[in-house]
Amino acid sequence: MVGRDSKGKTYKADEIKKEVLDKLKKLGEKVFRDLSQGEFPELKIPSRTTKNIVYNEELKQYVLGSKMMERTTKNVRHLRPFAQLLWIAYFSKTLIKAGKTSTLRDTYYVAIGEAIDFEDQNESDEMIMELESIIGFPREDFHIFPEERASIYGDLVIEYTVPGFRGKRVDLSSHPDGFAIGPALTTAEFVKCGAEVLFVIEKGAVFSRFVEEGADKKYKALLLHTAGQSPRNARKLIRRLNEELGLPVYVFADADPYGVHIASVLIHGSALSAHIKGLNVPDAVWAGVWASDITRYKLPSMKLNDQDIKRLQELELDPRYQNDPWKREIKEFWKIKRKAELEAFSRYGLDFIVKEFLPERLAELQRR
Amino acid sequence: MVEVSFEQISPADFFYRNRDIAGFSNPSRALYTSIRELVENSLDAAEIGKIPPNIVVELTSEGTSENEETSIYRLKVEDNGIGVAPEYVPKAFATVLFGSKYGYKQNRGTFGLGGTMALLYGQITTNKPATVISSTGGEEVHKFVLMIDIVKNEPKVFKHEVFENKEKWRGTIVEFYLEADYTGSRAKILEYFKHTAIANPHTSLLFIDVRGRMYYFPRATEKVPEPPVESLPHPVGVDVEAMNRLLSNSKEKSMLSFLVSNFQKVGEKTAREVLELAGIPLETDPKKLSHEQVAALVDAIKRYNKFRPPDPSSVSPIGEELLRIGIENMFKPDFVYVVQRPPSSYSGYPFVVEVGLAYGGEIPPSESIQLYRFANKIPLLYDERADVVWKVVTERIDWSNYKIPKVAPIALITHICSPKIPYKSVGKEAVADRPEIERELVIAIRETARQLRLYLSKIEKKQTAVKRLNIYAKYLPIIAKCSGELADKKPPDISNLLNRLGIDKELLKETHEKILKEIEEKYTVTGEG
Repeated sequence: MVGRDSKGKTYKADEIKKEVLDKLKKLGEKVFRDLSQGEFPELKIPSRTTKNIVYNEELKQYVLGSKMMERTTKNVRHLRPFAQLLWIAYFSKTLIKAGKTSTLRDTYYVAIGEAIDFEDQNESDEMIMELESIIGFPREDFHIFPEERASIYGDLVIEYTVPGFRGKRVDLSSHPDGFAIGPALTTAEFVKCGAEVLFVIEKGAVFSRFVEEGADKKYKALLLHTAGQSPRNARKLIRRLNEELGLPVYVFADADPYGVHIASVLIHGSALSAHIKGLNVPDAVWAGVWASDITRYKLPSMKLNDQDIKRLQELELDPRYQNDPWKREIKEFWKIKRKAELEAFSRYGLDFIVKEFLPERLAELQRR
Repeated sequence: MVEVSFEQISPADFFYRNRDIAGFSNPSRALYTSIRELVENSLDAAEIGKIPPNIVVELTSEGTSENEETSIYRLKVEDNGIGVAPEYVPKAFATVLFGSKYGYKQNRGTFGLGGTMALLYGQITTNKPATVISSTGGEEVHKFVLMIDIVKNEPKVFKHEVFENKEKWRGTIVEFYLEADYTGSRAKILEYFKHTAIANPHTSLLFIDVRGRMYYFPRATEKVPEPPVESLPHPVGVDVEAMNRLLSNSKEKSMLSFLVSNFQKVGEKTAREVLELAGIPLETDPKKLSHEQVAALVDAIKRYNKFRPPDPSSVSPIGEELLRIGIENMFKPDFVYVVQRPPSSYSGYPFVVEVGLAYGGEIPPSESIQLYRFANKIPLLYDERADVVWKVVTERIDWSNYKIPKVAPIALITHICSPKIPYKSVGKEAVADRPEIERELVIAIRETARQLRLYLSKIEKKQTAVKRLNIYAKYLPIIAKCSGELADKKPPDISNLLNRLGIDKELLKETHEKILKEIEEKYTVTGEG
């Protein structure tokens, strides 16, 4: 398969690429037109303040409202961010054209080299987000990725679309530690899938346990490890697996206010990415660990600390937590004031989570 | 019974016994005071003749003394002033309390002792005679070697030589020996010269110290200030003692004519009213006034509220122009503003307040304002916090009203001049807070501060404008370049936009180089690091 000629074959990734390039060009043309006419260029940019975030029932995610802010070079204060934004757009274009990728940190350093002054990486990250909101595509689509990597394992064969690897295929069950989810995997085509379900797991130890215990075979499942709050390219991949392959998604996270929110962000989308569509998986199911599981399974647990309490108070007010199971479980947290990790199941033996808990929970969820 | 014996002592003896009050309390202060007294005599001698002064001060070491911290020095001060006529030289330099400084006009010399006290101090500590060479610019130059007879307060002349004045030299040279401590006084002496140069920019000052180091303060202007004019005293400023002296010297036959001819601002009508208030018949012979009548007269003058203010012609301010030159010459400031207040008076003495405020240049930035105080053109270097200027600056002026940054290069120069400066103590380094003087200072300082605020906001506006231009020069080309790249075109022509903003090619180039340099500095470590 190596070096296979991919001429004549169209990938979905190529269509996205074309669309992104088109939008970048339009952005450039708008500014170019203003400048050639001797005018100070202006741009309208969707406002990304929390006041402009609304829940879209249809998309089942948070999206930006209609508020726009104007960035005009007539205002001397806007000049620097305006230049930064255009440079990021230009940089993305060169990345896409060359078929190369960069990371957020990497981008920051390239900027320094080209005499674009970003105060720090936060500032360049911010500009990348702004470009996302203008273009309407996540940064991964203009080839800028975060550092952190999630991983995936299971019965799925993919075909790369990135240059140098185009047409090359890989079986994701061929490496027991899983394959890192980076730009190449996120943009790959799905060729053959034997799995019928996707388990998304917060913790590395539990992911390994699932692999060792053969959960993938028992449940015909793909296993995906998010390593904490899931990175956006992992969320994108989860969404694609759900949409393109129709895999139901079950999410497993710690039974504490942070774990709950990891599951929630996967399902409802995050406030930070409200300007991007297609990152959340509205149909995904939060499968545990619930607060009620702590009492039910007598899991070893710890008292909620001050930070946990504070976070819990915030979640209570969050619109994403006004329905069950979220509302119910938040109430349970308040009742027991304790938290437990996914690994807590190991008190009943290493295989308990896969052999006892998992079938029980799946059966329970499917009954509903 | 205790028997008390009284002995009469001469003024010279008195000062010998009480030299602390005249500024000779220790070997370092004594050197500073000696230099200061002689330099001020020289300045006065030039000013009277409207001559731009050339003053050379030379200090040389003449060996160690018994005391470890002190040495014997030879101090020589030379000027190009009007000179002293030979018949007056011995009395002028070797008699304490002799001199022209008891008239009613403004003088530098603070004690009316001139250099005599310095010579006396030198004589006490080294037992060596002093040399005075002087010429009024005539045919002869006179050289005297002399000492002071302390008990009799009389000059003892050892040698008097006369030379032909071929060069038509004019001026005075004083040279004498004293035991002193230069190490301990060097800083103050240099400070004194620096301050003197500010208030006397028409002066060329050269100081050669013990180690041969030369401190030169060149003349900044040829313009010389108007010398003060001697005038009659204003009645309000005269106390019982002074009144007695005037009465005993009077040639008038009646009190009425005595008052009219010995005081300023007193006409017949005023004299009549004052005498009526004092209950003294108009025709009384001035020489026959009783002690009670003198007291009643002085008291009546104090109660009589209708005198016109004193005549300011006896006051000699530095002048706005000269003060500005002095300040500019010393600090090379970015901003300077000078205010001279109209004459005012306190207790019968006229006075004028002058204030200069300077910002930037060579003034070291500091959290506090640097004060340079002058009284009758001489610097006040001690007791700053006791001075009325300190009080006004720290208590009466709210500097936060004037946009002045917390740490700022700012210097305030104040000059108070009057035939009688109301000093706070015998040290004569701090001016008392007379309400009239305080008021004038407040008005003058506020005016200079307002001008500084205007200047600072102008600077701020200018900086903002420059900053704005720099930002455009920096970012517009980047925006243009990127938009071209994105649109698959050559970068658009933005020269029109830049022209409209007032950005030329040079600024563009400059800005670009600055960016590269900034990045270099921010991120690159040099090998030496």
